[in-house]
Amino acid sequence: MALPSYTETRYRIWHYIYLTICTFVFFFLIAPLFVIFPLSFNAEEFLVFSEGMKNLDPDAFSLRWYKDMIYGTKNPWGLAAKNSFIIAIFATIGSIILGTLAALGLSSRHMPYKGLIMATLISPMIVPLIISGVAIFFFMAKAGLAATHTGIVLAHIILGTPFVVITVTATLSGFDHSVTRAAASLGSNPVNTFMKITLPLILPGVISGGLFAFVTSFDEVVVVLFLAGLENTTIPIQMWTGLREQLSPTILAVATCLILLSTLILISAELLRRRSERLRGINR
Amino acid sequence: MSSETKKILTTDGIPLEVSLKKAEKKNKIKAFLLVAPLLLFLVITYIFPIGDMFLRSVDDKMITNMLPKTFKAMEKWENLEELPPEEVYRSFYEDYKLLAENQQHGKLGQRLNKEKNGFNTITKKLFRQIKRKKIDESASIKEQINKLHKRWRNVEYWLAIKRTAPPYTVAKYLKGMDMYFDSDGSITQVDEDRRIHRILWLRTLEIAFFVTLFSFFMGYPIAHLLATLPMKYSNLLMICVLLPFWTSLLVRTASWMILLQQQGLVNDFFVMIGLVGDDNRPEMMYNKVGTYVAMTQILLPFMVLPLYSVMKTISPSLMRAGKSLGGTPFVAFWKVYFPLTIPGIGAGCLLVFILAIGYYITPALVGGASGTLISNQIAFHMKTTLDWSFASAMGLMLLTGVLVIYWIYNKLVGVDNIKLG
Repeated sequence: MALPSYTETRYRIWHYIYLTICTFVFFFLIAPLFVIFPLSFNAEEFLVFSEGMKNLDPDAFSLRWYKDMIYGTKNPWGLAAKNSFIIAIFATIGSIILGTLAALGLSSRHMPYKGLIMATLISPMIVPLIISGVAIFFFMAKAGLAATHTGIVLAHIILGTPFVVITVTATLSGFDHSVTRAAASLGSNPVNTFMKITLPLILPGVISGGLFAFVTSFDEVVVVLFLAGLENTTIPIQMWTGLREQLSPTILAVATCLILLSTLILISAELLRRRSERLRGINR
Repeated sequence: MSSETKKILTTDGIPLEVSLKKAEKKNKIKAFLLVAPLLLFLVITYIFPIGDMFLRSVDDKMITNMLPKTFKAMEKWENLEELPPEEVYRSFYEDYKLLAENQQHGKLGQRLNKEKNGFNTITKKLFRQIKRKKIDESASIKEQINKLHKRWRNVEYWLAIKRTAPPYTVAKYLKGMDMYFDSDGSITQVDEDRRIHRILWLRTLEIAFFVTLFSFFMGYPIAHLLATLPMKYSNLLMICVLLPFWTSLLVRTASWMILLQQQGLVNDFFVMIGLVGDDNRPEMMYNKVGTYVAMTQILLPFMVLPLYSVMKTISPSLMRAGKSLGGTPFVAFWKVYFPLTIPGIGAGCLLVFILAIGYYITPALVGGASGTLISNQIAFHMKTTLDWSFASAMGLMLLTGVLVIYWIYNKLVGVDNIKLG
């Protein structure tokens, strides 16, 4: 972005204003996440930086909120974490299977009513969550699945599949169909062709869609608030209750763990995206 | 026939055309079968329940089922200026007696009271008479009921009962727009100081609009920077956009709650630079300011990513060409670069607007009373007042708005062009 030496002064000034604005925006985006880290190590119960913390006094920092998160009496986080992981894993598997199949169908040029069907399959992503929540709640209540893990898993499959459909369709858009025809001409049956040829090629798209589905389920709070009973509490529900009632530093300890988790997911998603682009021969 | 002789046959002797059509059909079915499981799943668990919401929102069958004989008899009530005939009174008495035996009469009183104030008193009066067996069924029921209370002699009340006859009503939708049916059945606005829903709709639109605007003005420069910087720098800066994107919504809301509280860092900073005094730190949370700030930060990645993917495809030589033809950098930007980014702007703005209009969690946590949106009202009626039909009606009104935008989005961008990450 270095400016050429002949740039006039006023454009030079504009350029620096532009860079300053960009810096501010990047700061605005990322800084809030970093407030959580230091405060989660606060030795005190308040959610403000104590004098000790400002002076980097080691006594002002402690791991007590992390201990509280793990060993605290009557603490809900253990159960919530277990539920969140179980629900998210099953919802991800369900979304991947249904979404990948649908994406394969949608990418076929023989697919009738493609636009309409695509719009329907994507709709859970567009419809405001509160409306999805109400609708899914009515269904689960009728089906007797409210306040069960199954109900929540099904609800999260609904919300997660659009992401898988989108990422896998995108991967398939650059897919060379002559390789599957080649496999068929060599005597491979369709299932074998899919497992040995298609799946390995679209795997990056499938996994990154799965990551989206996982995160969607793991973060989801609106629909779960309608569906969950006491037994089905999840991390987002606990955070929601905590944030509404009283902000305790334990929440910040949990939040720090969640930020670490999302960093991990971000790294894997980026690696997958690059691999997928390499496989599809997109050079940038 | 010459055309028949020209037909090309496959090895099994079937015309190629027929064989090809058959294969095409087979392929169509195959493709459809792959989509079918998900489509079926969504239709059953998602699309039908949204239809169910609609049925609930217009449902008014309860009273239709409570007074079957009355409504039947009312069909023969012709002169609506006068009190209904004896038959209507008798049917109403019989219906009401049955309800009283089943302990359902209270519900009817409440429902009728909603239609016209004052019903609760007079139905209770009737109930006491029935309980004490004071009504002589062999004499005229009309005269006996009319004697109970002067309101029973008022034709307005009988007309109100008649109005509840249809099993469907749009009353909930009218309520969502702060309107109602008045006693002569025409649509009327509620008093000005009680129009809470209209305020909420307007506020939702206002917040969604300004959040979209803010994210556009903040997202455009950084998307441009990301698209023009060399890869090794832009990848690093991209993390600033993607990390919030992947981080839990509640975590991000929590961090804003910490930052914006009265003793929070933002206020500390304002005090430090002398913008405000230490003793009158402004309240930045539990009002609109909090909602704007937090929602803009949370939705900004959804603006940056579509813009970035469009800007990435614009060749830098176009700007250079613009400048070499005599344009100043501003003219070159405005006439060459900006028009090329319009698809990205459309995609980003519509996406942010759609997401913002249905926002629930962040406004509920940092919005306070003046920052709540229509979604919060829907949740309130689902959970607190348990008026599910009203919640459904408001949800569907919101959904209609979103679907219109979705349709525009689909026309302009195409759903299959949505890019993630």
